[in-house]
Amino acid sequence: MELLLDSLFNGVAIGSVLLVAALGLAIVFGLMGVINLAHGELMMLGAYTTYVTQLIFKLPLLKPFYNSYIIVSIFLAFIVSGVVGILLEKTIIRKLYGSPLETLLATWGVSLILQQFVRSVPLAYGTGLVISLLIGLFIPTTFPSKIKESINFKYFKFSSWIFAALSGVLTGSVISSSVSKLSRASARNVDVTAPSWMRGQVEIIGTAFPKTRLMIIVITLISVIAITLFLNQSAWGMRIRAVTQNRQMSDCLGISTEKVDIITFGIGSGLAGVAGVAVSLLGSVGPNVGGNYIVGCFMVVVLGGVGNLLGTVLASFGIGIMTDLIGAGRLLSIWPDMPLPLSNTINFFATTSMARVMIFALIVIFLQFKPTGLFPQKGRMVEN
Amino acid sequence: MRISRRILAGLATASLAVTATSCGGGGTSGSFDDTVTVGILHSLSGTMAISESTLVDTEKMAIEEINAAGGVTVGGKSYKIEYIVEDGASDWPTFAEKSKKLIDQDGVPVVFGGWTSASRKAMLPVYESKDAFLYYPIQYEAQECSNNIFYTGATPNQQSEPATDFMYKRSPAAGGDFFLVGSDYVFPRTSNTITKAQVKQLGGKVVGEDYLPLGNTEVAPIISKIKKALPEGGIIINTLNGDQNVAFFKQIQDAGITPSSGYYVMNYSIAEEEISTIGPEFLEGHYGAWNYMMSIDTPASKKFAASFKKRWGADRVVADPQESAYNMVYLWKQAVEDAGTFDDNAVREALVGQKFDAPQGPVEVMPNHHLSQTVRIGEINAEGGFTILEETGVVLPQAWNQKHPSSKGFACDWTDPSKGEKYKL
Repeated sequence: MELLLDSLFNGVAIGSVLLVAALGLAIVFGLMGVINLAHGELMMLGAYTTYVTQLIFKLPLLKPFYNSYIIVSIFLAFIVSGVVGILLEKTIIRKLYGSPLETLLATWGVSLILQQFVRSVPLAYGTGLVISLLIGLFIPTTFPSKIKESINFKYFKFSSWIFAALSGVLTGSVISSSVSKLSRASARNVDVTAPSWMRGQVEIIGTAFPKTRLMIIVITLISVIAITLFLNQSAWGMRIRAVTQNRQMSDCLGISTEKVDIITFGIGSGLAGVAGVAVSLLGSVGPNVGGNYIVGCFMVVVLGGVGNLLGTVLASFGIGIMTDLIGAGRLLSIWPDMPLPLSNTINFFATTSMARVMIFALIVIFLQFKPTGLFPQKGRMVEN
Repeated sequence: MRISRRILAGLATASLAVTATSCGGGGTSGSFDDTVTVGILHSLSGTMAISESTLVDTEKMAIEEINAAGGVTVGGKSYKIEYIVEDGASDWPTFAEKSKKLIDQDGVPVVFGGWTSASRKAMLPVYESKDAFLYYPIQYEAQECSNNIFYTGATPNQQSEPATDFMYKRSPAAGGDFFLVGSDYVFPRTSNTITKAQVKQLGGKVVGEDYLPLGNTEVAPIISKIKKALPEGGIIINTLNGDQNVAFFKQIQDAGITPSSGYYVMNYSIAEEEISTIGPEFLEGHYGAWNYMMSIDTPASKKFAASFKKRWGADRVVADPQESAYNMVYLWKQAVEDAGTFDDNAVREALVGQKFDAPQGPVEVMPNHHLSQTVRIGEINAEGGFTILEETGVVLPQAWNQKHPSSKGFACDWTDPSKGEKYKL
């Protein structure tokens, strides 16, 4: 029983890291069909946001609230990655809908730019830039429609960008003068330390579970529930589903597909940021942190069936449990007296490297029989 | 819209400007009769840049020190050392290509370079075919002995063997079982083969072994294996690389695998630099083995650390790889002065037997092109340094490990033409 519980927990723990990382991609790739290779880098931005938040919460003014920085950084990471995602959609991806190969190359280029960006720009000014983007993108949307429709709107827009740039520079220099660690560019990996209440383990039914893992499971659960509710219950969620199913028809019925695209992409990117927070709790934060997850994300989305959240959820937990069963050699403890050739084979695959090989092989075999994944989209797709 | 695109373009140019690294000149001006240009070849971009750039800094510092003390004197003439820095870009074929460029185009008499074994293996054929000379400063898995490479880092018998011995006999977990964890590439696998043979000789038991693919940070399966194999605590030998250590230590601490519950980790790839990245709070009470540790309390060691901080900033630290890099520049200078020429073959002959009062203590170049070194075992403390627990005498290098089944009974000697790369003892 304890063994089963332990194994199940480990599987769920590994799976929830995969799931939180793949959730954003399931929306961007699954619902919109955009192959976004910069997804990993949006995660990286989320992880760096956690790091910056952590340092800012060490300032004397915010020190009393230090223990809650991780909660704050979840929201901030969602906003930061979401804003960068929206910018990406507005500038690059919008022009490439329907041409997957070009999207793939362009987003790969963006991922390289983002990686080099965090290496060579001091994080303080990086934060300033994000704040400029945030203000610059959102001030124009708050103008009353009277101004929006006037001919001079572009001047309003332009001046709001100047204001945005100024406030970005200001925040950048304030942060860089108060937190010395953020004032220099560095390619070195940095470290996010979980607050003390999140370190160590808790005991549930006689088995000890690491608290950070539980935290990641909680973050994942909340993200999944929130996104499911949003897609199924809200008006915008309905519009998103409508556009996914039939873009032309939705357009004809008066849904602003442009707006839907921005919102969908923004939410997908924001979720990548949340995944970044989760990932930063497990390892170090560096320019390459996202790249380590991107293959796993695509694998989960493809296995689950493109365009289906439930499939993504089951696929990630499935892969997680399989990783643990094979990689930790648990089958042997479940069935100790299995025949020798079988137990030798299992022992051979019971290392982390070989478990990975085995899982990839199993997925490839599975996709031979069900090329559309666990839960293929039902109904007619009139995309092309 | 227009502006945001402009920002992106700006970002792109900014990042390009930073990636493009250029050549540098060296040192202060003085009265020299001539100049000699040497090559420095490390990764200045890509994943290895973080580690390898510290070596470039150290080598530059050593060259500047030598220049300030009058340069290299060869045949009565004083030479100022200048250097060309090339970027290996964390890409192994690039290392070979840049080596060719340094040797053929720039005509440098010596190249100081490399970090990963993969980069060394890529460069080796270049130096052998052109009969040029590479100085390689990193502790590595050995099982190699080239006439065209001079290795100033530790061989396994100068690091892992004394460390395993310490863990089994004198650590708080003495007599316990071993679990071996490493990244999945050549150094951890070779090192662990040697450790397994040694543990068997000592009468101990290796109860498990696992390798994490490079770039993977999912440690959960390894943790459950450790808990299953070592339920009551024991010895963990860690040869993980770089960032994977951060994931490993964060997660084992959360899983209760700590010194206070009887698990002691001996690390072969964690030096002062890495401790500050991972955070001493995750590492306190675990161990490390090196030839040089910043906490060595001798004038030579203190001077080395102080001049590095003075040259590159007070927050910088020095560690074992940097000390090896520092030593090799000085050893090259001594050998050239003894040989009276920059010619590779004469320098190679003069190199063997060179002694240097290094920051770690005296070192000497052995006929197998490796260094005799002192080995130290340290416990990681809360300040992010090592508390040195014990120190061996001078340990001679074994290019061919005497515990590894494939090289037992072999040695290397380049001073005797009849012996060479690999001969039977």
